[in-house]
Amino acid sequence: MQNGEETHPPYMFIWGVLAFLMFAKVGVSLLDMPQWMSITFLVLISLVSALLVALYYMHLRFEPRKLWLLAAVPFPLVAILILLVMQDFG
Amino acid sequence: MSQTAAATVQAPADTTRPEPGVGAYNLKLGMWVFLLSEVMFFTALIGTYIILRFAHPEQFAAPGEVLNVPLTAINTFILICSSVTMVKAFAAIEKDDQKGLQLWLVATILLGSTFVGVQVYEYIHLFADGFVPNAEAYAAAGGPIYSSTFYLMTGFHGLHVSIGVGCLIWVLIQAMRGRYSSQHLGGVEVMGLYWHFVDLVWIVLFTIVYLI
Repeated sequence: MQNGEETHPPYMFIWGVLAFLMFAKVGVSLLDMPQWMSITFLVLISLVSALLVALYYMHLRFEPRKLWLLAAVPFPLVAILILLVMQDFG
Repeated sequence: MSQTAAATVQAPADTTRPEPGVGAYNLKLGMWVFLLSEVMFFTALIGTYIILRFAHPEQFAAPGEVLNVPLTAINTFILICSSVTMVKAFAAIEKDDQKGLQLWLVATILLGSTFVGVQVYEYIHLFADGFVPNAEAYAAAGGPIYSSTFYLMTGFHGLHVSIGVGCLIWVLIQAMRGRYSSQHLGGVEVMGLYWHFVDLVWIVLFTIVYLI
């Protein structure tokens, strides 16, 4: 976070949301629904949780845009690693 | 040396001054680059797990059959709590609250240690049940690929948490010596970045290994 910035992110509110999402994931995994639907919900909830941690606890939301670009560097490589290699099992 | 130059040398340097370029001070920039390499490291582990699970579904038992999901859900909650205590420590030193910094760091260390302790407890019980890295003979646990990938991923994450706890103890010692202030909080912020990253990785790992 840049020095001199007075406002703080709502840390406790984010904690509450993260805790809720974590228990929601456990709930979704226990529900009787098609596997593809369950996996979709679980992955989406996890991504939202991870994004909240990165944006508010790691303060990425308050960092310069150039740092955002730097943080985005590995994700095309992650996509290649996961999605393209999985084509073998498509 | 002129008086102005001498004063410049003696003045405490602001180690958190953003540098030209990316706009973050060097310590923070270095930690971000390190964490991005860690993204690739954990992606390799997770990718390996996903690919092996698709290729050999017969070797993977449903997670709830083998793993203790409720216990690990509570452990995940503990790690999420440790993230909020860490960020509270950072918020305290931003206000030059030395006591608050130390208290929140102690809370983070205790929660991080609890997470590792619960993981060790889980490992002991899994080993007692025969779910060891080469669990070929233990039919209910799936095949050796399942147990090997499970221990590889959770073990490396646990190692990261353990190293994090060690570093947090170091930061706490520095804090007790009064090394940090609102103008010198780089060590606390960078430690926080690492700790939150470890939490973020576990959020993903918990989903993939324990729930899917």
